[in-house]
Amino acid sequence: MGKANFGGIVKQVCLEYTPEAKVDDYVLVHVGFALSTIDEAEAARTYELLKEMSQLQELEVPEIREAMSGGP
Amino acid sequence: MKFLDEYRDEALATKVVDEIRRTVTKPWVLMEVCGGQTHAIVKYGIDRLLPEEVELVHGPGCPVCVTSLEMIDKAHAIAQRPDVIFCSFGDMLRVPGSDVDLLVLKSRGADIRVVYSPIDCLKIARANPDKKVVFFAIGFETTAPANAMSVWQARQQEIKNFSILVSHVLVPPSIASILQSPLNRVQGFLGPGHVCTIMGYREYEPIAERFRVPIVITGFEPIDILQGALMAIQQLEAGTHEVQNQYARVVQRDGNRVAQDLVNKVFEVCDRKWRGVGSIPKSGYKLRYEFHEHDAERLFNVKEIDTQESSTCISGLVLRGVKKPHDCPAFGKQCTPEHPLGATMVSAEGACAAYYVYGRHLEAKNGGRSSGDADRTSSSLTAEVA
Ligand code: SF4
Repeated sequence: MGKANFGGIVKQVCLEYTPEAKVDDYVLVHVGFALSTIDEAEAARTYELLKEMSQLQELEVPEIREAMSGGP
Repeated sequence: MKFLDEYRDEALATKVVDEIRRTVTKPWVLMEVCGGQTHAIVKYGIDRLLPEEVELVHGPGCPVCVTSLEMIDKAHAIAQRPDVIFCSFGDMLRVPGSDVDLLVLKSRGADIRVVYSPIDCLKIARANPDKKVVFFAIGFETTAPANAMSVWQARQQEIKNFSILVSHVLVPPSIASILQSPLNRVQGFLGPGHVCTIMGYREYEPIAERFRVPIVITGFEPIDILQGALMAIQQLEAGTHEVQNQYARVVQRDGNRVAQDLVNKVFEVCDRKWRGVGSIPKSGYKLRYEFHEHDAERLFNVKEIDTQESSTCISGLVLRGVKKPHDCPAFGKQCTPEHPLGATMVSAEGACAAYYVYGRHLEAKNGGRSSGDADRTSSSLTAEVA
């Protein structure tokens, strides 16, 4: 078991399935289990690619919503 | 939160939509498989951002919705026993069985408890040695590792009064079954990102090949879904049919091997009946025989129950992408999240509930907003290890 911070709320999370997870890593959590560590370099790469897709423009301040993503 | 806000950036979303507009030359029908994606699509109105050539239909990926009526009735029979503490994810409590739902049984005195994780049930079992603690283990591949771990730990810690009622379902056979149907309209898929986090996406490759459909493993944020749609449309326009991975920051081709190992130790593949869809060969998990002492179906030996589905509900067609919720005459009238007639109106991941919660039943009148738990999103979250 380990602790994970969900945008301010700290909960116990089972890290058995993500032995590679280190402190400060981002993980995907489902029903109390970390299922994957999030590859930040890959996340940044996809994002940059998309930004460059059309001619570059100044980005607006992103709208911030609650820190959740869905899915079974 | 890092790499979350970025994937909700409206300016970027507009760019991806523009790129889709530039790419599309003819009509295409895409299906998002996962209920979490359905919820996000309706919540953010992503289906309406897309050019009219692109239609999104909603797939069978809501675990609560596809749990068969027989299984729900079995759960009810077990939950009513005086020697049982019945534990479930909260979503299941309002799912209508043939007769009532778990919430009604609870109000009549049954000991029914909502848990956040199946592991919580082990604590309950230890604290109540004179009771039988049963967990309703529903879900797709995403939830299987958690449920497998609960049984594994019960075995290791010799918690004998814990069992699970298993109704696990698997995505690939359901996709294949949709594609085989003569009613099928789906030409490309946004694949289920969280399921593939566990399973990887090798098993989707033969499906893409056999049915000549592009499958893009896709995440859950607005930008993810738009990019997944763009990738699928680029393939359709180019006439290719490959499995691509939009959600590479989370999903790897082989998935999570550690989780797969435990799932395979505890579960084996079986035929499974899906609510509204029927039986699909090799589309579920059941407990392996070695774990039969934790198998609620064996322990309680519930007989086959004669089930009765609501005659007005068309959720079977909704789940296969053949119909949309507003095609149903009961939608928003006799059937609401407060009084659901079918399972797709219960869970936040069900298409009918998503349409209702975001006010789509009111739009013909004045575009107002409905009540309901609009901010209820589904159960997978991003967190930082502390
Ligand atoms: S609106 Fe209600 S009755 Fe109609 S298909 Fe959806 S769940 Fe069934």
